[in-house]
Amino acid sequence: MWVLLIVLVIAGLWVVGAYNGLISLKNQTVNAFKQIDVQLKRRHDLIPNLVNAAKGAMNFERSTLEAVIQARNQAVKVNASGPEAMKEIGQAENALTGALTRFMAVVERYPDLKATGNISQLQEELSSTENRIAFARQLYNDTATQYNTKQQQFPTTLVAGMAHATPTELWEIEAPAERAVPQVDLSGR
Amino acid sequence: MIGFVLFFVWLGFGGDYVWAVAGEGRHAFPWLGVILTLVAIITVRHAYKTGPEKVLWATGAHEIIDAQTDSERQLVNVVEEMSIAAGVPRPRIWLVPDDDPNAFATGHGPADAHIAVTRGLLRICDRDELQGVIGHELGHVKNLDVRLMTTLAALVGAVLLVRDGMGRMMRGGVPLRGSTRKSKDGGPLLAALLVLWILSWLIAPLVTQLLAFAVSRRREYLADTMSAQFTRNPLALARALEKIEGAAAPTMSIKRGTGHLCIADPLGRRFTNREGWLADTFATHPPMGMRISRLKGMGYAQLKKEGGLVG
Repeated sequence: MWVLLIVLVIAGLWVVGAYNGLISLKNQTVNAFKQIDVQLKRRHDLIPNLVNAAKGAMNFERSTLEAVIQARNQAVKVNASGPEAMKEIGQAENALTGALTRFMAVVERYPDLKATGNISQLQEELSSTENRIAFARQLYNDTATQYNTKQQQFPTTLVAGMAHATPTELWEIEAPAERAVPQVDLSGR
Repeated sequence: MIGFVLFFVWLGFGGDYVWAVAGEGRHAFPWLGVILTLVAIITVRHAYKTGPEKVLWATGAHEIIDAQTDSERQLVNVVEEMSIAAGVPRPRIWLVPDDDPNAFATGHGPADAHIAVTRGLLRICDRDELQGVIGHELGHVKNLDVRLMTTLAALVGAVLLVRDGMGRMMRGGVPLRGSTRKSKDGGPLLAALLVLWILSWLIAPLVTQLLAFAVSRRREYLADTMSAQFTRNPLALARALEKIEGAAAPTMSIKRGTGHLCIADPLGRRFTNREGWLADTFATHPPMGMRISRLKGMGYAQLKKEGGLVG
């Protein structure tokens, strides 16, 4: 009789622990996703500054600059939500990353341009922003993976239904061309 | 921390017991035990509260609030990036005016953390390497190492103080002769207890110090690994450690008591580069060579995995 009671209590405690663990992971995942948004917003806000600073210094290479502006405006417009959101945001942002990479490559090609203080400062800001986005995604993917693994593993999977835990999608780079883009080294050496 | 308080409880009440049985100054109430326990609790609380301030003050660091130079701005950016990667709030950033490369973290936990780097570190490390070092420090923050280590730093000092005070009291007040003679009546058990008690007093500071060392060494490897997890670039941290190791000059502004907080032993002690039980017991950091080779191992494993894409 006593043994049964003790076993029941232990089982109950375990259920509470596992449930709370799942909920906590779920919220962490949601938060990590929001962090990506915050960083993307930061990038969108930074680009007008960058373009303004570069405009005076580079009357040449207009098309590169314009591509950045266009990609940025496109990315700002995406305001989707739901399961499709991640895909749409991802596409727009990847396009922006591509445009920025080309822009930075152009800047690299003109040492005079780099020498002006403003640009090198903005370059640092930009490379930092790119890193922030990358790290925010990394954190999201790590957290989501942990969440997904936890809810699929036995015995936690028994509680997964109760906690309404469903596997979340990871943030992936879709186009193989994007994958090939090397990380631009913008460290102000 | 609890261990520390219990240790003091043993020192206090043990003393009372010995005293009472030995028949010296019979007091019904265990004053020594109560007082020492209170002292221990207050010390721990105080050490916990003021630890970070003291540590930062001792190194002469000043906070970077509004970054002025390019390198300061880069540091602020790198710290912000890494705190995103680690998923912790941005810690406060401090700069230590010292030309030797080193870095440390302190604070009470992720919500109240401080990261300090020396000027020398900013000078010799490029962006990737700095990222690795900051990742290491944030690893300490996320593991709550900072809380433990900072408190330990303050405790080592406190134990020394109490021990010295007690020693003076014993010499001046109660003659020890009396209790040893009486202990014959109490039997060998009491004598053994007394010896054990006195021994505890003698080794108290050593125990605390060794505890700090042992905790520190294991945590260094863990923080290195976490840095690699945050940056996905263990080779950069390995390069940074090699550079720090190469600089070798002792970090003047970081005092001995806080050595176990730093990324590399500020004293540049020979212990750190050796292995064997002596080094294992007394060094605050694992051998630099071991850390670097572990990181390189991680880095090459990663390259191998991505080999299909790269080559």
